[in-house]
Amino acid sequence: MASLKELSKRKEGLVAGHRLCAGCGEGIAVRQVLLAAPRPLVCAVATGCLEVSTTVYPYTSWNCSLIHTAFENAAATISGVEAAFEALKARRKIGEDFHFIAFGGDGATYDIGLQALSGALERRHRFLYVCLDNGAYMNTGIQRSGATPLGAWTTTTPVGKKEPGKLEWRKNLTAIAAAHDGTYVAQTTISHWKDLTQKVEKALSYNGPSFINILAPCPRGWRTKESQTVRIARLAVETCYWPLFEVENGKWQINFQPREKKPIEEWLKLQGRFKHLFKEENRPVIEKIQNYIDTEWEKLLALSSL
Amino acid sequence: MKWDVRRIREWKFYEHPQGATILEAGNSLYYQTGSWRTFRPVWIGEKCTHCLYCFIFCPDAAVKVSKEKIAGFDYEHCKGCGICATECPREAIEMVEEQRESDR
Repeated sequence: MASLKELSKRKEGLVAGHRLCAGCGEGIAVRQVLLAAPRPLVCAVATGCLEVSTTVYPYTSWNCSLIHTAFENAAATISGVEAAFEALKARRKIGEDFHFIAFGGDGATYDIGLQALSGALERRHRFLYVCLDNGAYMNTGIQRSGATPLGAWTTTTPVGKKEPGKLEWRKNLTAIAAAHDGTYVAQTTISHWKDLTQKVEKALSYNGPSFINILAPCPRGWRTKESQTVRIARLAVETCYWPLFEVENGKWQINFQPREKKPIEEWLKLQGRFKHLFKEENRPVIEKIQNYIDTEWEKLLALSSL
Repeated sequence: MKWDVRRIREWKFYEHPQGATILEAGNSLYYQTGSWRTFRPVWIGEKCTHCLYCFIFCPDAAVKVSKEKIAGFDYEHCKGCGICATECPREAIEMVEEQRESDR
């Protein structure tokens, strides 16, 4: 496990000069993943904020081989690369041991690329899929996705007299990935850099498929101040909205237990997309969110004690 | 083919690689995003304990580290988001509003 001092001496994976917004959580997440990842490395990036803002021709911010893929097939592309590598290795045409990472946003993972991801996990390619969850289609202008939490404002779940933002709860993708037997699955976020880098190291040393879901706050879409990105990620963990856990060989383990579980209001009130929930008539929605989080947390505690 | 993006405007169409492949890794360093900034982080050396939190939380890799110590900011690329100042446990980074050359 690398300390911050060791990480600071490594080659930067995502260099400066990319055009992600100021204070973007994805930039932090990808930097941390690539600092922890061993070399040599091949990455595939699905369409999304990350792809359009880090590979603007003729510039690239990536310090490793990178393939841009369509929205739905980052996992299929990286499994093809891995299969080609294994074939070349068997014929002794390649000596080095490569590592493979696919990056996708929540739109590319929760919704559009789910079948490609599920297929790649089931075929047991040796790769890591990183989902950068910012809870909506931010690149095209904040449309709802399968990762958008209940009650959140987006341009396609407007707030008005009839609807208090999104009406459905987000899908639990990490649990879906964990349902693929023999996959290393983890959930983490940028504020807990040690947890994140440890999980990446573990995933890439694992002989099989792995999946890491990273919460990456989006100042534009969440209507927050740029400087608060990391603080909001930390609060998501402390309120148990985004628990840190991993699933290894079918064993669920919680990596961070908050000493005192904070009420979800503390996380909601920092974000403009939840502003309407604090009106008197929408109070029941907050209660609903709190109840849901409590039950999910109890479920997780039960799973980890199995 | 020699790849030097700084002269891309002079390239003929046949000099561009097929499929718009980018042949050089990490060349976005030539693209400067420092002008996006409205607030500039200023490092206060005496207060700093070199915990490197600003380094790991910077989205733009704009915190310079040399020999495990903070060595200032890369103002050509820093977008001024202020995460470093928020996350600094010792308040050793201050955000100062940028000024026009003529106002200084």
